[in-house]
Amino acid sequence: MSRQPYTPDEYRELVSRLTPPSRMLRGYWRAFWVGGTICCLGQALTLWAEQLNLGEITAPMFTTSALVFLGTTLTGIGVYDVIGKYAGAGSAIPVTGFANSMAAPAIEFQREGPITGVGARLFTLAGPVLAYGISASVAVGVVYWLVKGWVL
Amino acid sequence: MSRAGTQTFIYDRPPVIAAHASIAGPKEGQGPLAEWFDAVLEDDLLGQKSWELAEMEMVRRCVQRALNDGHIEDSAVQAMLGGDLNNQIIASSFAARALGAPFIGLYGACSTFVQALVLGSALISGGFLDNAVCCASSHFCTAERQFRFPLELGTQRPPQASWTATACGAALLEARPGAAGLRVVSGTVGRVIDLNITDANHMGAAMAPAVFDCIAAHLSDTGRSARDYDLIATGDLGWIGRDLLLELFSAAEIDLPADRLVDCGASLFFREQDAHAGGSGCGCVASVSCGWLMKRMERGEFRRMLLAGSGAMLSPTSSQQGQSVPGIAYAVCIEGGE
Repeated sequence: MSRQPYTPDEYRELVSRLTPPSRMLRGYWRAFWVGGTICCLGQALTLWAEQLNLGEITAPMFTTSALVFLGTTLTGIGVYDVIGKYAGAGSAIPVTGFANSMAAPAIEFQREGPITGVGARLFTLAGPVLAYGISASVAVGVVYWLVKGWVL
Repeated sequence: MSRAGTQTFIYDRPPVIAAHASIAGPKEGQGPLAEWFDAVLEDDLLGQKSWELAEMEMVRRCVQRALNDGHIEDSAVQAMLGGDLNNQIIASSFAARALGAPFIGLYGACSTFVQALVLGSALISGGFLDNAVCCASSHFCTAERQFRFPLELGTQRPPQASWTATACGAALLEARPGAAGLRVVSGTVGRVIDLNITDANHMGAAMAPAVFDCIAAHLSDTGRSARDYDLIATGDLGWIGRDLLLELFSAAEIDLPADRLVDCGASLFFREQDAHAGGSGCGCVASVSCGWLMKRMERGEFRRMLLAGSGAMLSPTSSQQGQSVPGIAYAVCIEGGE
């Protein structure tokens, strides 16, 4: 019986030598311009909403809703995964990516029914974002409540 | 029936591959092997309501095609051996429900087809069966939701990721002493080997040491060298994994001529097809060997082939818990008619 010619450490070295690296610079550029474009679109929507006199609180909500609608629609017609493949984090990080992460399982798990399928799976990807996003908001709120007497 | 060395079965009454069938999906049907498949699907949903049902239908059609080509009635099939990548191998077992034959469900991840050939040949050579149909399948869309993300999620794949083939292969083995045709003459059961690769995307790297171990065991058990084979075909190591395997043999100072080594996963797609490291999945080695390789053997292009299927024995749970990816391999020696 032949023994493995490499130890795990030597093998890891060999694997990293023979595996082509991801093209990082190209990835950064694509993420930058697509993510930036989505953010510019969001800013334009906010400015438009302010012109419509939607108010300081309502305008950002209008923007978020519009971008979520856009992300969900592009997921539904099978375009967002193509954008995501090209842009990576550029399309995953904006709120359109959040919409994509909810719409994709909603489409995928329809066959498992409304309860155990769509209902249960809807937050499989967005759940961590919500859990830690909301937890972080609570933590920041507590800190703000504690220090506001001194700072403000 | 006898055993050679530590891991190899020598089939004293080698079964004949009486028929073989392969079905490939639309993307695979645009690859370099398109013309070799018996059928290329235009619609990977096959008119079904879910991807899982589509895969079951693909298995059923593929097995049926092999039985038709082998001129054998469904009711005469003594055993169906097969598996797939779905939880509880539902594609194979539901296809077996349609066939109605005694069923042995197997799981060797992407090596399942060769695992089925090893066991099916043993059962025939041992006199327990007169025939058996061995099959394995994978479907890109069932595997993605099983192991990775929903299809519409916008994610990027790293260069080392492989592309799960939508494909199925089925081979009908029969006990026909003295008959002409391809014969399965020996089979080697691999060990589970783990060199601590933790990147679940890099299955070629995870499996190459297991393939090395299995092929080296086969050569040592049978007292042969790689040059005794006209072709050594590995399952789905992909382009990177194939290079790693050659490095492993070179470092172990065992002769493995690169021009006799083909990898089914590295052969299934053109590089421009964006399949990254190459094809994978149970259906990859099954369809490529039942389509391309066995047909070329029957044409007499080569006489003796070592077919080594490779599997990555991970699950979503083991990956999420940070475990490394163990590999497995099974090998069969197939010889052409004299």
